[in-house]
Amino acid sequence: MSRNLILGACLSSLVVLAALISFVWTPYDHAALDIPAKLQPPDAQHWFGTDHFGRDMFSMIMVGARTSIAVALVAVGIGMALGVPLGLTAAARKGSWLDELIMRGNDLVFAFPSLVIAILITAVFGAGAINAIIAIGIFNIPVFARITRGAALSLWEREFIMAARVAGKGAARISAEHILPNVANLLIVQGTIQFSLGILAEAGLSYVGLGAQPPTPSWGRMLADAQTMVGIAPHLALIPGFAIILTVLGLNLMGDGLRDWLDPRIRVARA
Amino acid sequence: MLRYSLKRLISLCLSLAVASVVIFAVIEVAPGDPASFMLGVNAQPDTLAALRAELGLDVPKHERYFNWVGGMLTGDFGTSYTYRTPVSDMIADRMWVSLPLALYALTLSTAIAFPAGIYAASRRGKPGDIAVMGATQLGIAVPNFWFAMMLVLIFAINLRLFNAGGFAGWEDGIWTGLHSLTLPAIALALPQAAILARVMRSALLDILGEDFMRTARAKGLSRRQALWRHGVRNALIPVLTIIGLQFSFLLAGAIIIEQVFYLPGLGRLVFQAISSRDLIVVESVVMLLVFAVIIVNFLVDLAYAAVDPRLRSRT
Repeated sequence: MSRNLILGACLSSLVVLAALISFVWTPYDHAALDIPAKLQPPDAQHWFGTDHFGRDMFSMIMVGARTSIAVALVAVGIGMALGVPLGLTAAARKGSWLDELIMRGNDLVFAFPSLVIAILITAVFGAGAINAIIAIGIFNIPVFARITRGAALSLWEREFIMAARVAGKGAARISAEHILPNVANLLIVQGTIQFSLGILAEAGLSYVGLGAQPPTPSWGRMLADAQTMVGIAPHLALIPGFAIILTVLGLNLMGDGLRDWLDPRIRVARA
Repeated sequence: MLRYSLKRLISLCLSLAVASVVIFAVIEVAPGDPASFMLGVNAQPDTLAALRAELGLDVPKHERYFNWVGGMLTGDFGTSYTYRTPVSDMIADRMWVSLPLALYALTLSTAIAFPAGIYAASRRGKPGDIAVMGATQLGIAVPNFWFAMMLVLIFAINLRLFNAGGFAGWEDGIWTGLHSLTLPAIALALPQAAILARVMRSALLDILGEDFMRTARAKGLSRRQALWRHGVRNALIPVLTIIGLQFSFLLAGAIIIEQVFYLPGLGRLVFQAISSRDLIVVESVVMLLVFAVIIVNFLVDLAYAAVDPRLRSRT
């Protein structure tokens, strides 16, 4: 195991731990207003200071981690659940109209950045965390489809697949029993990277008001709230920013480390 | 090359057609009738009908779709529901902020990434490489809008070198305009530069291991000469693709960055349109963004094929 993997795993688990602990304990109620104690810089009482309503920033960061993780994780889940079968199918039917259809469909979805999807969904259904999940999730589908197809195509040329075919297994069974386990590592690594991209995307969406809505705390919206006060209380912007950076950095380091550890030969496309 | 271009052109048109159907269909799902939204709950039926006719809402859906697409092809994007002005004028005004911003950021990102990537590759494994790679790892993790806020804090609030927001316009000369786009462009460019530098480095490292690089050294070129004459030029192929991809990220990212700096670009337009349910504006801006992405990718594909002949026969 490399240093990257250990450092990345530590940072990521720290954030996940904070999110989990927030279900049972936070230093203060994250939504409790305390106007007299507003805009206090970090001190012994409020480790990360307080915001413009006197809410405890440390508690808000902990609860906000839940939103970030939930949105990014479900979005990766959507991308994998739909993208991987599509990629496997395209590879199994290489060169057929089905392959062509899936890949062109992929190209089409790629033309819609997740922000644009979010704008469309929000314009129609209104803003919310679910929309952020769907927007980021849709964006993830072609990523997983493409990487699965690419890896599966080279596997289909291998001898052990040939043996499975000679044994009379159909394309679907071969995909599920032989191809999928062999692309799993690659998917785990790409999943980690998409997870970190999802955290960034969620922050951006909630910053512009297309993500989680009040009263759900989210790091992106904390930054949006901080914007007009950054001159008088820089900690309002610094702290959520550091939370995002550490989380994304941790996941990226973990992704890189996992890639080297699981299989030094595999190459992952970095979007 | 001609056949390849033609094939790509057909798939380009198909993508655009399908994308426009998808966008139109999604907007159509929106609950509520724009005309009754504009006139409020007390509207008279005949005024409502008149407005519906004026907005072209009284014809069947498929006809509306063709009117919309046909209009866009001739530069007529319809009339804004809230402002009652042509959408094309609104978009054209905003384009002069968003497009220069994206291009400015692309230039900056390339200008930072190329030297950084080349330097790191030439110092592979040495402290210089490790420092550059560490910096890019950090650059990828930084949300661009947060970085933008930090730039405002340092350069606008504390050092007072730039305005914290707003756009001076192009009337007072190109430098005034560029000056007010500088902080946004830096914020937008940094994370992209980090990605691009990594791509540049790994593309170069792949090429440094090629036989022709050894040949170049064997015929007497120094390491540096071989790197520049044969390495960098070949590494440009994958780098070009990423630059093309990044343009769409920059255009979309500009929408968020515009919020930080209160820039009157496409982003502001689209968010205002969302809150006032001006769906025709949303529809047109989204179509324009998707159009830009598809066109840029098409151009990258062509450029790619022009540089690398192997690709033409493969597809």
